[in-house]
Amino acid sequence: MFDRNLRTMIDDVKGGLMDRRAFVKRMIAVGLTAPMANQILSLGGVAMAQSPNPYKPTKRGGGGPLKLLWWQGPTLLNPHFATGTKDQDASRIFYEPLASWDVDGHLNPILAAEIPSIQNGGLAADAKSVTWKIKPGVKWHDGQPFTADDLVFNWEYATDPATAAVSSGTYADMTVTKVDDLTVRITFEKPTPFWANAFVGAYGCIIPKHLFAEFKGGKSREAPNNLKPIGTGPYKFVEFKPGDLIRGEINPDYHMANRPSFDTIEMKGGGDAVSAARAVIQTGEYDFAWNIQVEDEVLLRLEKGGKGKTLYAVGGDIEFIAINFTDPNTEVDGERSSMKTKHPILSDPKVRQALALLVDRESIKKVIYGRAGRATANYLNGPEEFVSKNTKWEFSVEKASALLDEAGWKAGSDGIREKDGKKLKFLYQTSINGPRQKTQAIVKQACQKAGIDVELKSVVASVFFSSDVANPDTYAHFYADLEMFQIPMTQPDPALAMRRYHSRYVATKENKWQGSNFPRWVNKDYDAAVDAADIEIDPIKRADLYIKCNDLMWQDNVMIPVMHRLAVEACSNTLRPALSGWANQTDNLQDWYRET
Amino acid sequence: MSQYILRRLMIAIPSLLGISLVLFVVLALAPGDPFSELATNPNVPPGVQAALRAKFGLDDPIYLRYLHWLAAMVHGDWGFSFVSRIDVDTLILQRLPTTLYVIGSAQLLALSIAIPVGVYAATRPYSLFDQLANTFAFIGFSLPTFFTGILFILVFSVKLDWLPFVYTEVPGSGIPWVLEMIRQAIMPVMVLGLFQAASMTRFVRSAMLDVIRLDYVTTARAKGLGQTKVIVKHVMRNAMIPVVTLIALQMPAVFGGAIVTEQIFRIPGIGSLLISSILANDTPVVMAVTFVFACLVVLFNLIADVLYGWLDPRISFR
Repeated sequence: MFDRNLRTMIDDVKGGLMDRRAFVKRMIAVGLTAPMANQILSLGGVAMAQSPNPYKPTKRGGGGPLKLLWWQGPTLLNPHFATGTKDQDASRIFYEPLASWDVDGHLNPILAAEIPSIQNGGLAADAKSVTWKIKPGVKWHDGQPFTADDLVFNWEYATDPATAAVSSGTYADMTVTKVDDLTVRITFEKPTPFWANAFVGAYGCIIPKHLFAEFKGGKSREAPNNLKPIGTGPYKFVEFKPGDLIRGEINPDYHMANRPSFDTIEMKGGGDAVSAARAVIQTGEYDFAWNIQVEDEVLLRLEKGGKGKTLYAVGGDIEFIAINFTDPNTEVDGERSSMKTKHPILSDPKVRQALALLVDRESIKKVIYGRAGRATANYLNGPEEFVSKNTKWEFSVEKASALLDEAGWKAGSDGIREKDGKKLKFLYQTSINGPRQKTQAIVKQACQKAGIDVELKSVVASVFFSSDVANPDTYAHFYADLEMFQIPMTQPDPALAMRRYHSRYVATKENKWQGSNFPRWVNKDYDAAVDAADIEIDPIKRADLYIKCNDLMWQDNVMIPVMHRLAVEACSNTLRPALSGWANQTDNLQDWYRET
Repeated sequence: MSQYILRRLMIAIPSLLGISLVLFVVLALAPGDPFSELATNPNVPPGVQAALRAKFGLDDPIYLRYLHWLAAMVHGDWGFSFVSRIDVDTLILQRLPTTLYVIGSAQLLALSIAIPVGVYAATRPYSLFDQLANTFAFIGFSLPTFFTGILFILVFSVKLDWLPFVYTEVPGSGIPWVLEMIRQAIMPVMVLGLFQAASMTRFVRSAMLDVIRLDYVTTARAKGLGQTKVIVKHVMRNAMIPVVTLIALQMPAVFGGAIVTEQIFRIPGIGSLLISSILANDTPVVMAVTFVFACLVVLFNLIADVLYGWLDPRISFR
């Protein structure tokens, strides 16, 4: 494709004939994400730009208090145990990774001296190892030096099965070794084109060896510092009340010049999203509120003449309707939706296509998500411009009806289509959540017009997303014909998101429904593309493979994308937070300041 | 008397055991998973969620889990929260002062409104004051606290900008700190206190009316005692007996917190701990809070009974 062109372009950037920004822009134009374009450059031998967030203050401190409102109160402060983003966000105030993702999706060095690249010798050409150099002179809050031993320890800690760390996946299939006091090498078992996962971002936060060494494995819960974090971050720990309040004070020895700007930090938890938005936008009691998943109409009303506004960060979170390829109504060996069955109706591609035509994404956006959503045909959505150019979507009851007619489904006396005495009827499930129930209603209405009877079911979120083997209502059991929820993209690389639907990961009774391929979709071409992309070192070919994966899902209508969702935050008019759709909200906390 | 108390305490043991068993079984049978947030995160392999369940014993049979819990409880070990991995007793003790402060103040406010208003209304039944008091009492206990809470926020925070509606423990000390603590507690205390006061006023009024018509009151009046003396010394003394019982029975609620109001004003009390633990399926915390609540109910029932006998010598303990 544009393979040769691209190589010349990379050389141009290397030689200084083209600037990075222009390169990234062109990559976006052909459908690549900005982060991916940057990874292409780094694998192509061009050093990543050190592009820190804009930061105006010229001295450390003096910015007064920073008051954050997280309507789900953080419950623990060890990044390796963080069950939700709320816990990661809170841990990040005190702990830091080697690098974080910035607004443009670049890697922004935090504890690293520089971002590894082929040029500086950090990246191996075969993508089997990464060497990180850390900043000299960084100290933990208790004055101990931060060294390579801490990094090695974090890898050991997370991968010890007895620790039961949620970060175990981030540190799996690799070995971390100390080169010298300020250098570590990560050696991957397989070529790993996306090398920036371990020690990067939310799960990459590093805890001190000298305080946690005795509490590795089975004793991990007993570590006193689980509650009193001693990190390297911009703020030092003062107080923590789980689910309620976290307080920190400025770290006078912070390793970045002039940072942080605020003297104290407070993160208050509890309540609900609407009143959190109100406390920031309307009354100005707080500076920043997280994850404001509130109907746009309400936000617009609050914003009128208020003291704050909403901010939107574009990531890759996708809300979708998944289609069951197996039969949820037939039990085989004590399991419904068994791989030994085929869905009697939905295995017909025409019916799936008709369903995709019946999801009115424009109305859903208008009525429910507003500024916080984008209609899309793709399952894989980049920061903004990642649109596989080959896909499209439309809403048309007529076309859907025609397709169903073609497939042999004729309208019965009650207006519901039938074929061979079988009614065209689906069970459509999701978790209990205002916007989701509204979406269900919109889809049901369109389906009724086309002669499809849809039965709606909603399950409490903590049950729907449970791993309880005995509970038939989980999304992984998928004892329904259709189901809808959101899968977040936690880093700017599609590897993990796309690997999910490889046929070897189908969810079955045998693997206790732990398989991630819940639609139980099997497609050889897709499997081949994912397998190839997993070890493909050439970034251009790899990007092509993931676009192909997305297109295969679109052709087969495995997932009907409903909405590409943006992160919504409420922010005071004077606060300048550094946000990124590819990172958690507090991931670049050191760069926050207040405009005076 | 001491024999009576001892016997009541002995009876309390099997009933508390029964309560704990029912609570535990209901919680264990309720579906849900404290680690459900991990499910859709592509960074976390599904095995992690299952490993955590296994590690915390969530996959063991219910009777085993109950016996483990009971054995630990007898030793004073309340277990630890699945969500924050902190000992449950620490978690509860952290929340208790706030609950006592806010709910306690609300109860005091309710009493200081209900008793004078109720007594005065009863001395002049069907007067204008009585009618007004009745009307406000009806409005007061018909309006749920989530409604009045939001109404107060809209009026006093959003429109007038007088009071903050997020309750946080501010650091500091001295007079400004005390004033700030009072300022942010005004709205929740008013919401809860007025709601309580409404129903208590009705109760005080009817208790007074029951007594005020008795012959001994007429006798007291016939002796030539003044109105105040008759009401305070003769009527109120006896009318307050059922009121004291009512207050004693409401004491567990002071410790248990107010779920809805705490949620609205983000008060870090026991009520908000309970609701967030229920939502997160954090069974050890839910179990501990509800069980402590059950113990308090049993205890204050006993106290009410003892008080009743002490206040009213006609009742004897057997």
